[in-house]
Amino acid sequence: MRIGVVTFPGSLDDGDARRAVRIAGAEPVALWHGDADLKSVDAVILPGGFSYGDYLRCGAIARFAPVMSEVIAGAKRGLPVLGICNGFQILCEAHLLPGALIRNDVRRFVCKDQRLRIESASTAWTSDYSAGQEIVVPLKNGEGGFVADEATLDRLEGEGRVVARYLGDNPNGSYRDIAGIASEDGRVVGLMPHPEHAVEELTGPGTDGLGFFTSVLTSLVSA
Amino acid sequence: MTDTVKAAQDAPDAEQPYRELGLKDDEYARIREILGRRPTSSELAMYSVMWSEHCSYKSSKVHLRQFGEKAPQTDALLVGVGENAGVVDIGGGWAAVFKVESHNHPSYVEPYQGAATGVGGIVRDVLTMGARPIGVMDPLRFGPADAPDTRRVLPGVVAGVGGYGNCLGLPNIGGEVVFDETYAGNPLVNALCVGVLKPGEDGKGIKLAHASGLGNLVVLFGARTGGDGIGGVSVLASETFESTGPTKRPAVQVGDPFMEKLLIECCLELFAEDLVVGIQDLGGAGISCATSELASAGDGGMLVDLDRVPLRDPSLAPEEILMSESQERMMACVEPKHIERFLAVCKKWDIPATVIGSVTDTGRLQIDWHGERIVDVPPRTVAHEGPVYERPYARPGDQDALQASGPESLPRPSTGEELRAELLKLVAAPNVASKAWVTDQYDRYVLGGTVLAQPEDSGMLRVDEETNLGLAIATDGNGRFARLDPYAGAQLALSEAYRNVATTGAKPLAVTNCLNFGSPEDPAVMWQFAEAVRGLADACLELGVPVTGGNVSFYNSTADVAILPTPVVGVLGVIDDVTRRTPMAFDAEGDVIYLLGETRDELGGSEWAHSLHGHLGGLPPKVDLAAEKLLAEVLINASRDGLLDAAHDLADGGLAIGLVEMAIRQGRGARVWLPEGIDPFVALFSESVARAVVVVPRSEEVRFTDMCIARRLPHTRIGVVDGDTLDVQGQFSVPVEELRATHAATLPAIFEPARDASPLNAG
Repeated sequence: MRIGVVTFPGSLDDGDARRAVRIAGAEPVALWHGDADLKSVDAVILPGGFSYGDYLRCGAIARFAPVMSEVIAGAKRGLPVLGICNGFQILCEAHLLPGALIRNDVRRFVCKDQRLRIESASTAWTSDYSAGQEIVVPLKNGEGGFVADEATLDRLEGEGRVVARYLGDNPNGSYRDIAGIASEDGRVVGLMPHPEHAVEELTGPGTDGLGFFTSVLTSLVSA
Repeated sequence: MTDTVKAAQDAPDAEQPYRELGLKDDEYARIREILGRRPTSSELAMYSVMWSEHCSYKSSKVHLRQFGEKAPQTDALLVGVGENAGVVDIGGGWAAVFKVESHNHPSYVEPYQGAATGVGGIVRDVLTMGARPIGVMDPLRFGPADAPDTRRVLPGVVAGVGGYGNCLGLPNIGGEVVFDETYAGNPLVNALCVGVLKPGEDGKGIKLAHASGLGNLVVLFGARTGGDGIGGVSVLASETFESTGPTKRPAVQVGDPFMEKLLIECCLELFAEDLVVGIQDLGGAGISCATSELASAGDGGMLVDLDRVPLRDPSLAPEEILMSESQERMMACVEPKHIERFLAVCKKWDIPATVIGSVTDTGRLQIDWHGERIVDVPPRTVAHEGPVYERPYARPGDQDALQASGPESLPRPSTGEELRAELLKLVAAPNVASKAWVTDQYDRYVLGGTVLAQPEDSGMLRVDEETNLGLAIATDGNGRFARLDPYAGAQLALSEAYRNVATTGAKPLAVTNCLNFGSPEDPAVMWQFAEAVRGLADACLELGVPVTGGNVSFYNSTADVAILPTPVVGVLGVIDDVTRRTPMAFDAEGDVIYLLGETRDELGGSEWAHSLHGHLGGLPPKVDLAAEKLLAEVLINASRDGLLDAAHDLADGGLAIGLVEMAIRQGRGARVWLPEGIDPFVALFSESVARAVVVVPRSEEVRFTDMCIARRLPHTRIGVVDGDTLDVQGQFSVPVEELRATHAATLPAIFEPARDASPLNAG
C-alpha cells in the first residue's frame, strides 16, 4: 500500500506524515507540489505547515499547485485524501470540503494536547476507531476556527460528516466544536488537529493518532 | 553623487559624519591610517558597522580569550569559538551545532519583529555550518509582569518567537521567562538554535565561512535587499535607549519565515551535492559583514559588483545596500564548474540567486558601483582586526553593602500554616508560575523528534531514528545571583544548566553563552562582565565542558540603570538512547522519593526573598562544582541503568517548588517528610546547589542507594508518591489541584486578552 504525502513550499509536517504512514505499515511516497503526478499512490495526505507562507489566506495559493489538479481529480474518483491542518485549509480552498478555517478566536497560535471525540467511524480515515471514542492528539494552529453557514453545518451534522469534535474548552472558536469533517462519500477528510504527532509514545502524548493512518489501509483492502 | 575611491583621493579633507555612525575620533584616525587616505562613504559605512561593539566585540575580546585559554581537553569539540556556531561530536557519526544569541534592543523597539528576526538569525548561523536546524529555545526576560509596558512587550515577543519558529517548522523545546524590574525598559530576548550534521570521515560535512580559490564566484542568494535594518547593528545594539529622540522603528528588520524555510531546504540540498566552497549568512552588518568575513578568512581578495545586488527598493544608495540587514539572505563561494547546478537548486526552491563577484588574488576587498570603485580595503582590517579596548573596571562601591544586607533580616515563616501560605504565594509568583501561556504559542511537536520539552528540565530531541541517539539542551541564568557575585553567578548559571541536562539523563558536553550586561563604559558594569567571564571560564574548565561560542550584548540599560548582569548559559548534552530519558513527573504510586545533595541555609538572591519580599542582598548559594559533577554522574548512570522513574533539578524556590512542579505535571501527589536536623523553612526554600529530587521504583531502591553510597552522594529518603495531595508531614498539605490552579492562573490573568466578541462565539 502506497500513501503519497505532498510537499508544498512551506510544508512542515510532511516528514511526520511520512513517518506515521511508515509506522502504520504502509509505504510513504513523497509528492512534489510542482509535479502533476500522484505516482499511482493509493491515497494522499496533505500535511500541515504554512504553504507558500500563508501570507494570503491559508491554503489559497496551494490549491492552484499542479499536484492539486490531480488530487482533485483523484478525490472525485474516490481516492482517499486526508488534509491535516494546512491540508484541511487547502481542501476547503479547493472546494473538496465545505466551510473555511479562520483565525483562532483567542487570536494567538495554540499548541496543546487536545481531547477529541471521534464522531464518525465510517470514513476512509476513521474506520479503525469507534464512534464516540475519545482520543488525545496534539493541536497546533493559528487559523483553526472552522466556520460555515448554518445550513451547511446542519447538513454536515445530518449526513454524519462531522468526523471529530473538540472536548473540553473549544480551543479556537470552531463552530459546534468541529475539529474535522468529511466529504459526502467519506473518502476526503479534513482535520485541524495533528494525528501524525501522536503515533509514538516517545514523542507524542500517546499513540491515539495512529488510527487515522491504519484506517485508510483497512479501507483500501476492503474496497 | 556616489563617493568613490578616486573622489576620496581627490578630496582628502572632506568632512565625514563618522561620529554619527558611532565611530570615535581615534577609530576614524585609524581607518585613515589603514587606507592611507580618507575612507569613501561606503568604506566608512562598512568600518562603522563592523567596528561597532556588536560586531567587533571590542570591549569584551580581551576577556573572552579566557574561554580559549582555559578550555578543557576534549575530543568532542570539532569547531570552537570564532565560527558562526560551535560544532560538537555527539557520536554515531553525528555532530551537533548550537549557539545562543541576543536580540534585545530590537525587541524592545518592535517586539514582534525583533524577536522573530532573532530566531531567524540564529537559525541561519546554525544552517551556515552545514547543519539541519532541529530545534530552538528562547530565554526571555522582562520587566515586572504586571507593568503596563510588559503587557506590550511580552505578548509581542512571544508572538514573534512563535510566529517565526512555528512557520519555520522548528520545535521550540524550552527556554526561560523571567521577570525583574531592571529589565523593564530593556527586555532580554535571547534565542538558541540547535542543528545536526554528519561531518563525515573527511569533515567535509562541516561548512565554513571562507571565500577561497582564485576565480571562484561569490553568490548572493535569498531575499532581495531592502531598506530595513539599515544601521540596525550600530544604531540599535551600541546605544542605550533614551527617553527622547526620534523613533528608531525603521532600524528594526522585518522577517519572512517562509523565505527562511525555503532557504533551509535549498542550502541543505546545496550542501548535500557539495556545491559550495564556503558560506556565510547575512545578519548584522549585512553585505559588509559577509563580504569582509568571507574574504578575510579566505585567500584575502574579492571583487564585488554591488549594482548586481537584487533590490526591493531601487532607490537605495550603495552605502545603504552595504549596511542593510534585510533578513533571509546568504552568501556563498562557488566554483565556476558548479555554478549552473547551484543556480538550478536555488530555482527549484524559488530562491533568487545572483553572482555578484569573484575571489581575486589582490588581497583586497574591492567593491564597484556601476563601474566605479567605491571600496578598496584590506578585508582583515574590517572583519577581524577591529579596535580592542582594555576598558577600566572596578568593583562597584555598593557591592560590599549589598553583600552585607543578607536575607537574615526577613521574617521567616515558622508554623505549618505560614509555610503553606508562603508556598502558595511563591507558586503564584510570575517567576515561578506556569509559563504555559507563553509556551503553548510555540509548536513543540513539529519534526517528530521532541522527546522532552518545557517544563521538563531540558529539551531533548531524538537525532537518529535508527539508533535513538539524542541530544538535550538547557539554558539557565540568574541575574540576581550574578548581581550579588558575578563570578559565582556565572558559575551558578552553568551549574544549573549542566544539572538540568544531567537530570534528564544526558551527559553534558559543551557550552554556549549569551552575556547580557549594561554599558561597558561603566567600570562597575565592566567589572561584573570581567568577573562573570572569569567565573564561567574557570567553571567550564573544572566541569570539562568547553565554550563553543555565543554572544555578548552590552548597553542593556534604561537611563543610567543597568540591567542585572545576566549571563545566560546553554549546555548541550548527549544521550545514547532517548528511551532512557528521565522525565520530571511523579507518576507511579508508591515510588520512593529521594533528595540528593546537601541543603544549607542559603536564601540570598533566592526566589523566596525576591518574590515575597522584593529583597536582593547577601551572597548567592555557594558554588560546588565537584558536587555538581558527582550528582550528574549519578543521575546519568541511574537513568541509563533504569533506576529512576523521574528526576527534577532543584533551583528557584528550592525543594518546595521542585516538589510542586513534579506533582502538578501529571496531577499526582506525594507524602513527604522533611529531613531532620534542619529548619523546615530552610529545607523547603533554600536554593543550595547540586541538588535534585529523584523518584525510584521500590524494586530499584537498593540498587540506587548502593550507587549513592558507593559514590558518596548524600541522599535522603523524603517521601512516597501517593494520592492527589502534596502532604508535607507535620507541616501542611495542599491538594495538587489547588497547586495546579494557582500555578496556572497567574500569566493568563495578566496577559490573556478577551476572546473575540465575534459571531464566532455565538456559533
